[in-house]
Amino acid sequence: MKNNVTMNQKTFWGGVAVLSGVALAGPAIAEEAAGVSSVADNLIQLAYSVDTFYFLMSGALVMWMAAGFTMLEAGLVRGKNTVEILTKNVALYAIACLMYLIVGYNIMYGDAVNSIIPGISLFLGPDHGVDAVLKSGGETYYSNMSDFFFQVVFVATAMSIVSGAVAERMKLWAFLAFAVVLTGFIYPVSGYWKWGGGFLDGLGFLDFAGSGLVHLCGASAALAGVLVLGARKGKYIEGKIRAIPGCNLPLATLGTFILWMGWFGFNGGSELKISNITEANAVAMIFVNTNTAAAGGLIAALLLSRIWFGKADLTMALNGALAGLVAITAEPLTPTPGIATVIGAVGGLLVVASIILLDKAKIDDPVGAISVHGVIGIWGLIAVCFTNPDGSLIAQLTGIAVIFGWTFGTSLVVWLILKAVMGIRVSEEEELEGVDISECGLDAYPEFTRD
Amino acid sequence: MKKIEAIIKPFKLDTVKEALNEIGISGMTITEVKGYGRQKGHKEIYRGAEYVVDFNPKIKIELVVPVDLVEKIIETIREAALSGKIGDGKIFVIPVEDVLRVRTGERGLDAI
Repeated sequence: MKNNVTMNQKTFWGGVAVLSGVALAGPAIAEEAAGVSSVADNLIQLAYSVDTFYFLMSGALVMWMAAGFTMLEAGLVRGKNTVEILTKNVALYAIACLMYLIVGYNIMYGDAVNSIIPGISLFLGPDHGVDAVLKSGGETYYSNMSDFFFQVVFVATAMSIVSGAVAERMKLWAFLAFAVVLTGFIYPVSGYWKWGGGFLDGLGFLDFAGSGLVHLCGASAALAGVLVLGARKGKYIEGKIRAIPGCNLPLATLGTFILWMGWFGFNGGSELKISNITEANAVAMIFVNTNTAAAGGLIAALLLSRIWFGKADLTMALNGALAGLVAITAEPLTPTPGIATVIGAVGGLLVVASIILLDKAKIDDPVGAISVHGVIGIWGLIAVCFTNPDGSLIAQLTGIAVIFGWTFGTSLVVWLILKAVMGIRVSEEEELEGVDISECGLDAYPEFTRD
Repeated sequence: MKKIEAIIKPFKLDTVKEALNEIGISGMTITEVKGYGRQKGHKEIYRGAEYVVDFNPKIKIELVVPVDLVEKIIETIREAALSGKIGDGKIFVIPVEDVLRVRTGERGLDAI
């Protein structure tokens, strides 16, 4: 068995060597024939490789945000619901990848019927040929597959937002069924309206990396889910709000840092290009602004929670950092770092207020996802107008209304259908015992006794 | 023979253990416990909502000793565990009928 593996590897590398030999010989032959133009061709090839590489690495960073959401949510639920939230997060990531591959990507970026109705087709087309890229003169500057890879991890991010809000009481399989619909259809349709070149794009709606298309979308679906689902047992008793502390704040903190890191791919990659001085500077600016907005959001939320509640609430500080990140995502390029910090800090203040208000309205969101991604997503989209001269408040408000209306409306229908068909909430007894045992048959920490 | 059960603040365990070692007590059993007395629980705020921590973490020390050492031991424990603040704990003294050392089968005072 072991020998076989070694031989296969040798054959494989041999094949690679032959192929790369051919690839290297190709341009050399072209050089003799075309003379000067081959230098330009080689530059196009180089830029294409650099931009594709940058796209892929950014996508890998965004993929890692799935781990961030998973750890954040695992830390903020109770120990008896940890295995289920972990299962939901790994499964939703996989479902998002498959649904977007099968149909979602083509809905979002395929040939459309008109500016409202996207087209529908299955699986991915071929990648660019070398001749076509060279003929485009650098117009085509990254691989199709890298584009798919970068886009698919964004869908997973949107769906991750939902899992935190409905945590600790939703049936696993109802949640996963919803994930199929959101990642395959709901998200790609509104995505088409802006990034796919649909009517929101035509209106001048601006959403650089997805404060609206990704974050507000996920939060709107989450809000619809929470409204249909109801609050966790014991959260609101006789008109009083009872705190339900999370079981593992080190994990929640690690999750936040992972998200913070992944966001450099999320925003930085959304510049889509890095292979010349202007683009490289733009990417660097986006990294700086993304980072400083998160810092501003964290500090603002930490200070506000200290003033408001008397103690430094770590979970609010974590939500503050994420709020800063969501706020800057709609426009991380045009603000100066100072303005970006302020945009993030306002997000940090708003998120604390929003979490308290939603709690008072008895909308139970264990991790604050609706506030972080929804309320702050809206703030980020509005804040675009302060720094981007192309921003129009009317267009931004229209975009917000369209994304919220579409995602919330369709999600509500799907949640209600799921409720009628299979039920979306576990029984009261299962909820009290913890969904880890009832849904997954496992304890996250079997060696510890539970409260 | 008496059993001494002392419930103390967790961070006082090392002080109490050293004080007992100094007067020649070299064995004890401890358990991590939770409870409340006059100290009651305390209120905290998590994400803007109040919650009450009903049971405070404590350490329970158990010692079985000859009757004539009881006074000295409970005084030592008290001195070492005292912070003067509410929640310092309690000491119970309970009669013990017999003791058996598993390894040798010794009984009574010989076994402690």
